[in-house]
Amino acid sequence: MKGTSVAVRPGRGGLAVRFLFILYIALLIVIPLLALISCGLRGGILQVWAAITAPVALQALTLTLWSAGAISLINAIMGTATAWVLVRYRFPGRSLLSALVDLPFAIPTLVTGIMLVILLGPQSLTGQWLAGQGITVTFAPPSILLALLFISFPFVVRAVEPVLLEQDPGEEEAARTLGAGSLATFLWVLLPPLAPAILSGTIQSFARALGEFGSIVIVSGNIPYRTLTAPVYLFGEVESGRSDIAAAVSIVLLVIALGLNLAARGIRQTKHA
Amino acid sequence: MGIRVSHLTKHFGSFLAVDDVSLEIPSGDLVAFLGPSGGGKSTILRIIAGLETADSGSVFFDEENADHLHARARGVGFVFQHYALFRHMTVMQNIAFGLRVRGANHTQQTARVQELLALMGLRGLEERYPSQLSGGQRQRVALARALAPEPKVLLLDEPFGAVDAKVREDLRHWLRRLHDEVHLTSIFVTHDQEEAFSVADRVIIINKGRVEQAGSPEEILDQPTTEFVARFIGEANVYQATVQNGIAHVGALPVSAPGITDGTQATLVIRLYDLKFWRDDNGMATVVRTMTLGDRIKVEATIDGAGTIFSQFPRRSSLLKGIEPGVRIHIEVTMARAYPSG
Repeated sequence: MKGTSVAVRPGRGGLAVRFLFILYIALLIVIPLLALISCGLRGGILQVWAAITAPVALQALTLTLWSAGAISLINAIMGTATAWVLVRYRFPGRSLLSALVDLPFAIPTLVTGIMLVILLGPQSLTGQWLAGQGITVTFAPPSILLALLFISFPFVVRAVEPVLLEQDPGEEEAARTLGAGSLATFLWVLLPPLAPAILSGTIQSFARALGEFGSIVIVSGNIPYRTLTAPVYLFGEVESGRSDIAAAVSIVLLVIALGLNLAARGIRQTKHA
Repeated sequence: MGIRVSHLTKHFGSFLAVDDVSLEIPSGDLVAFLGPSGGGKSTILRIIAGLETADSGSVFFDEENADHLHARARGVGFVFQHYALFRHMTVMQNIAFGLRVRGANHTQQTARVQELLALMGLRGLEERYPSQLSGGQRQRVALARALAPEPKVLLLDEPFGAVDAKVREDLRHWLRRLHDEVHLTSIFVTHDQEEAFSVADRVIIINKGRVEQAGSPEEILDQPTTEFVARFIGEANVYQATVQNGIAHVGALPVSAPGITDGTQATLVIRLYDLKFWRDDNGMATVVRTMTLGDRIKVEATIDGAGTIFSQFPRRSSLLKGIEPGVRIHIEVTMARAYPSG
């Protein structure tokens, strides 16, 4: 039965190796998590409540949640469409486009912020032209959305692409010969198998957007009550020596992120069932 | 519904897949498109279904031009080689799909699905997903799904190609029975001769995008009109020889070659079962070896002054008496086809 399972019965040396790895993971991941939670909860659950309902904090959390939600929706649609084009069409420059899709993951997010400011900031031609139309992008909420869209773009594309590749074009043809129009074929035949991948990619981009700091701190202007997002708010609190408040608000982000992570895992697993 | 196809031509890039094909299938017939892979059979089928567009030529259903009709409006049931079942739908939902998109109500859908489940022997599998079915069951679901909206024509693209031999045999019988019950005009594509001859009323041989011959299985077997058909159908010995007085001499073996001009080269095609061997020390050939192929015995011999000849006999045939490696034999050709060598 060699090769059927990776797990082997450990000898004494094997046990030691395992113990070391468990210890490593505990030190690296679990201990810092526990430290954050214990610090955040030191003043009791009421203090967490007070910290997150403080007007500035609440505003920052709300802004973060709705902007993450908005870009996730856009990603769900545009990411699926992009994957569709990449998989279904052959055209010159297709492999270049495929490489471009991954670029946002490769670019440091601070650099992303700088790119956007250079392109759309008040000093730039585009920025001045937009200002002339009465639109301010940088140091205003639209810049947050743009930055988040940029950094989270690959998630849905890369989640949907392999499922699309697997799809048998025969299913579409079968639907056509059975009398289905384009819309019915899309809604009933093409979309359902993609739904878990779209959902999982969307959740991943939402989770990523919740914690985004580098690009936003540069483009958004970080104006309290207006463009201050939760991660940037946390940074400010830590800088001002109020790490207990930062920890309390962090717990909220942590719970949401972990919950989403679990959900995405669950979806991926049912997909492979 | 009768199908007529007239002067169809189709290129894929520079490859000519269908080359000026015209054919007619009377209403209620079960027809096989038989030919080597890549010969254009599937492409013709897909053009009839509206899944491909021909470069030129027309498709008629009961003498009505269907060229402008979208695949969904042709009333054609199509069974795909790899089933193409909807993976995320149950057997029941798969079969009901064609009714659902036509707006049939739930009661109608259920009634028709139950009818087809019974017809196909799929009862009890309603709630299964395609991944939980065997190959043969999937193929039957695909058929049921194609039949549900009561198509006027049934087209099957290599329908039994993806299942194992035993299941394929069952499905063949079963397709024949189904056709005898519902009399739906049907075309199936296959590269398996046995399948074509055992199931179809008529066989159309297609090669390199052209129709080589169309006819009943007997006509195709006994009167192949082209050398390709003669060679393609069944196993055969093929020789080149010069014809003199209506006889071609393959080494020491004389073969009658009617209709071939004296002094010209002919291609002779002799089926394995159109030969008689018997032991004769003054014969014209020597047995090389015998091979047992289940219920048949294949004999290999060398003709004096020519090459190898193969023949085939039922296992316990009296013709095999004394036939063993090394013995001299006399050969009689009971039937041969001769074609002018081009």
